[in-house]
Amino acid sequence: MRPLTEEETKIFFTKLSNYIGKNIALLIDRPDGLYCFRLHKDRVYYVREDIMKVAISIGKKNLISLGICFGKFTKTLKFRLHVTSLPYLAQYAKYKVWLKSNGVMTFLYGNHVLKAHVGKMSEDAPEHKGIVVMSLDDVPLGFGATAKSTPETRKMDPTGIVVYHQSDAGEYLRDEDTLF
Amino acid sequence: MGRRAKNKQDIPLPLEFERNSGKTTAGLRNKLKFLTNKKSDSKKPNHKSDPEHNKRKVVDPTPQITKKLKQSGKFESWDDVELASDDNEEQEMLDGSEGEYSSEEISKKSDDDSDSEVEENDDSESDNEEEEQVEEEPTTLVEEHEEEESDVEEEEENEGEKKILFGSDSEEEVEENDSEDSAAGDSFDGSDEDARDSYGSDSESDEETTFGGMEKQSKKLLKQQKILEEESALELAEGGENVPELDENELFELPSEDQLVMEEQGMKDMKTVQMRIQEINNVLNNFARLKQPGKTRLDYINQLKSDLQFVYGYNEFLISKLIEIFTISELLEFLEANEVPRPITIRVNTIKTKRKHLAQALIKRGVNLDVISGKWSKVGLTIYESPVPIGATPEYMSGMYMIQSASSFLPVLALNPQPNEKVLDMSAAPGGKSTYVAALMQNTGIVFVNDANKDRTRALVANIHRLGVTNTVVSNYDGREFPKVMGGFDRVLLDAPCSGTGVISKDPSVKTNKSEDDFTMLTQLQKELLLSAIDSATANNTSDSGIIVYSTCSITVDEDEAVVNYALTKRPNVKLVDTGIAFGKNGFTSFRGKHFHPSLNLTKRFYPHTNNMDGFFVAKFKKISNKIPTKN
Repeated sequence: MRPLTEEETKIFFTKLSNYIGKNIALLIDRPDGLYCFRLHKDRVYYVREDIMKVAISIGKKNLISLGICFGKFTKTLKFRLHVTSLPYLAQYAKYKVWLKSNGVMTFLYGNHVLKAHVGKMSEDAPEHKGIVVMSLDDVPLGFGATAKSTPETRKMDPTGIVVYHQSDAGEYLRDEDTLF
Repeated sequence: MGRRAKNKQDIPLPLEFERNSGKTTAGLRNKLKFLTNKKSDSKKPNHKSDPEHNKRKVVDPTPQITKKLKQSGKFESWDDVELASDDNEEQEMLDGSEGEYSSEEISKKSDDDSDSEVEENDDSESDNEEEEQVEEEPTTLVEEHEEEESDVEEEEENEGEKKILFGSDSEEEVEENDSEDSAAGDSFDGSDEDARDSYGSDSESDEETTFGGMEKQSKKLLKQQKILEEESALELAEGGENVPELDENELFELPSEDQLVMEEQGMKDMKTVQMRIQEINNVLNNFARLKQPGKTRLDYINQLKSDLQFVYGYNEFLISKLIEIFTISELLEFLEANEVPRPITIRVNTIKTKRKHLAQALIKRGVNLDVISGKWSKVGLTIYESPVPIGATPEYMSGMYMIQSASSFLPVLALNPQPNEKVLDMSAAPGGKSTYVAALMQNTGIVFVNDANKDRTRALVANIHRLGVTNTVVSNYDGREFPKVMGGFDRVLLDAPCSGTGVISKDPSVKTNKSEDDFTMLTQLQKELLLSAIDSATANNTSDSGIIVYSTCSITVDEDEAVVNYALTKRPNVKLVDTGIAFGKNGFTSFRGKHFHPSLNLTKRFYPHTNNMDGFFVAKFKKISNKIPTKN
């Protein structure tokens, strides 16, 4: 477990800002205590500082996880967000799309979001930008990237793809072995 | 809620009562019948004797109530109560017959003390069991007996009716007597005199006016007392033999060796074996009465064991273990409960949602559910049926609930974690309890989550993330190393690895794959784990911390009480405290010759057949000081 290097921080924050923009600052400056990002076995964990300090005394081999895992660095030093970061992404996301109940299950099975399933969508979402997918009763389901900007999606036919799937809560069940 | 919701299984109180009293309803009923049978037996001499002599009451045999015999006063009043509780008719009848007796009595009175013994003999004739003992005493007035006997017969006709009456509402009878017994107990002397005045006045008054008479009286009283003591001892020895004869044909017989050989060769039929189990259960519940001559209890038990193995598919070792824990009828219930799956229960993740909201969302999906029965949990829901897989709903994936058996709520409730504490869960996977702990702490403080099995930590981490728990550190140590890794925990939860005898309905392989060796290995591990759990905690006398909770999903005493007792002897700086769980059965303080620390009754046991949850054991320790006192 170690703090992120400058390069890693840059890559990680760039990725994160794709979804939450400048709200990253809110992740660090929290009223309820000091929080930090730590790298452990290629994974980035977001954890309260006092918990992190206690966890230092646990051997590298024996430490499995601490706090919440945001995602991991690939061997080529790209950062991949995991669905485990969803609660924070959903909290601070700039753009959101809400699915009708008939679209929820298909998205949770790993499919892209179709126009027919969209209940509502943030007005100003640009093309190819990170977006959080919610159900109509405001339960976060996953995240993805917009295929078109919001005005353009209005012109699409119902079977057109609005959001490309990146991650969804169904991965907790499908990818339990590779995710952690 | 749906129709099935009405079927929710509550903690069955009457059943629990049965467990507490250690008897089944059938057993109790048998006993009651017993009592009434005896009572009506003893009643004959009572009513007959009341008018003539008070002392005769004293020698009346009333088995089963031998305790009361210690106090002759109580016993006497017991009779009075009977009289009082009988109808007026009876009273009249007695009054009417007074004349007949009195003439005899006068003649008897003059015959002094030996007389009373004879009369006693007379009583006992109506009561087969007493007969032998009393017959040794001299029988001088045999003729008189016969005269009296004819009178008795007359009365018996009348009493035949009564007996039937008593038989029908026997239960109330006994209760009534019990309660009035104590009330009337004080007035023994008074009632004695009363009885004399009203019934035996002609004879008694003569004697009482002279000193000689008084002396006689006191002698008689002394004698009565002596007889009483003998009687009580005798009845204790006899136990429950004093029952009407049974029809020989109805007696259940153990299968002969030939039959057993036949069964070995594949003639075994499930139905007959099941019938036999029931029969053996009956016999064992009322052994003295129903046993087959020449057979011992062991013969029945052995047959029962092999039958149970056949019907339920357990190995011999486990059956023997279970038979030690339960009474036979309870064992049958337990085995039967293990064949039925427990209801699915879920725990609402209070970090993300509320029970009300989740219940509504699930009901929308067509799930039939209800809150967990009993008022002990505010976060539990029972699922009766669901058209969708309950482990794959969007609500599940977004971490609103955890599928978790009701029993695994209990150790966390006992642990009672508070916000901002430092808590250790020693063997946590798959994380149901640890996430509950974190939820109770509202994601504050630190929860150390440890599991010795690296593969299982994956599911553990997945559950922690899914439920949005942020205050955990997950580690992969052998729990026994833990005090070296880190100490100073406010609370430690140890849900020890165990044989799983409480969750047979979930994992039937336990029935066959556990042997003596497994148990010795497991108990050894459990003891070491518990000691290191205790050492990891910090005593803090100013607050309610320094708590260690030990739980297993096994019901064998070796893995539960014995382990706890071991920890108490090895670590005198901890004590057992109340778990704070209102239901369940208290732990054993002694078991098959082993005596545990008396505070072990503060531990709790839960059984599938009584609480409709997995078999479970919970013990809660409090650490008093951080120093381990050494023996000098």
